Amino acid sequence: MSKEWPLWEVFIRGQHGLNHRHVGSLHAPDAEMAIMNARDVYTRRNEGVSIWVVPSAQITASSPSEKGPLFEPSNAKVYRHPTFFDIPEEVGHM
Amino acid sequence: MYAQLVKSEGMKAREEMTPQEIAFQERIDRGEKIEPKEWMPEGYRKTLVRQIGQHAHSEIVGQLPEGNWITRAPTLERKAILLAKVQDEAGHGLYLYSAAETLGVSRDELMELLHAGKMKYSSIFNYPTLTWADMGAVGWLVDGAAIMNQVPLQRTSYGPYSRAMIRICKEESFHQRQGYAVMMKLAQGTPAQKRMAQDALNRFWYPALMMFGPSDKDSVHSAQSMAWKIKINTNDELRQKFVDQTVPQAEYLGLTVPDPDLKWNEEKGGHDFSEPDWSEFFDVIAGNGPCNKDRLGARVKAWEDGAWFREGLMAHAEKAAARRAQAAE
Ligand SMILES: [Fe+2]
Ligand SMILES: [Fe+2]
Repeated sequence: MSKEWPLWEVFIRGQHGLNHRHVGSLHAPDAEMAIMNARDVYTRRNEGVSIWVVPSAQITASSPSEKGPLFEPSNAKVYRHPTFFDIPEEVGHM
Repeated sequence: MYAQLVKSEGMKAREEMTPQEIAFQERIDRGEKIEPKEWMPEGYRKTLVRQIGQHAHSEIVGQLPEGNWITRAPTLERKAILLAKVQDEAGHGLYLYSAAETLGVSRDELMELLHAGKMKYSSIFNYPTLTWADMGAVGWLVDGAAIMNQVPLQRTSYGPYSRAMIRICKEESFHQRQGYAVMMKLAQGTPAQKRMAQDALNRFWYPALMMFGPSDKDSVHSAQSMAWKIKINTNDELRQKFVDQTVPQAEYLGLTVPDPDLKWNEEKGGHDFSEPDWSEFFDVIAGNGPCNKDRLGARVKAWEDGAWFREGLMAHAEKAAARRAQAAE
């Protein structure tokens, strides 16, 4: 088998003013071709105004087993949410 | 369906499950999505690779019967529409190969398994497309049956598969409607055109019913797949839904479904209909359909003829990267 084209992750900005969002991945020999392929694979119906491609190998992901230590600290901090505070109605909108 | 005969691992009773397997099953029961790096039973992973791979292969091989008519479409507009439809199917294949790749196989590995005859694709694509009306029948019936199967799969438990299905479903409605529009044009045309439409329906009706896979009583691999939410409905449930949806559409066209025993059953609230010839189905799956050799041959030829191009682009990319690295020194 000849050498496989590397994998790229594709991020697309759907509309002006929005963040780029991950939409999927594809194979391409280089970044330029990855953008061309992403245009054909992920934006056939005006789904985007801008494309980012990143080599999949360059992405570092948090591991599912670290979910607890990573995210539980924020779970415990309920006072970060505005609903934690009882503000009397007389005060008005806040 | 697009994955008609997916061999699944044997069903495990709860008493036989490890605590990890029980926790996994409970996540699925709660409707949680399983994501690529998370722990999963090996059987779940293997079954998904088979199913998603088969589904992807069906999308890609499925381009061939319709590709057959691109150069012979009756008008420039029809040609552009068909081209867009066939291009969508390439996209569907790519979304699905990407989903499969998150499970630790590569796309090229899956391709090679297909080319070696070690992985299947849907039996429907082993039938020939003899007339322009077949482009109508395929869009209407084949994509229609695909939609029936893919809509519930949007809720499948494996995140990347579910997301691929959502993307695909958004595009399928166009496929079915353009096919039905072809049928409407022909059915309302000259007597010869109407005959052509009827002939296409006659040839595609039973193969379309076969797309849902064998009857539930012969479908041995369903239970585990359903527990894992890799399969959402049984084959017979989906087939019944498809028939009930399609019969009035045929009536609207003024065409006759080629089944003398087809009739509305008030009691069950659905149609009674004849089963397809299952021996034909198993024969086609085994490689003996009218076009199996052509289809696989065309895939292998495209793969081999494209090798110099894939390798050339890779060599160019490597050289350019080396040049950039040197310039940066
Ligand atoms: Fe498709
Ligand atoms: Fe389709």
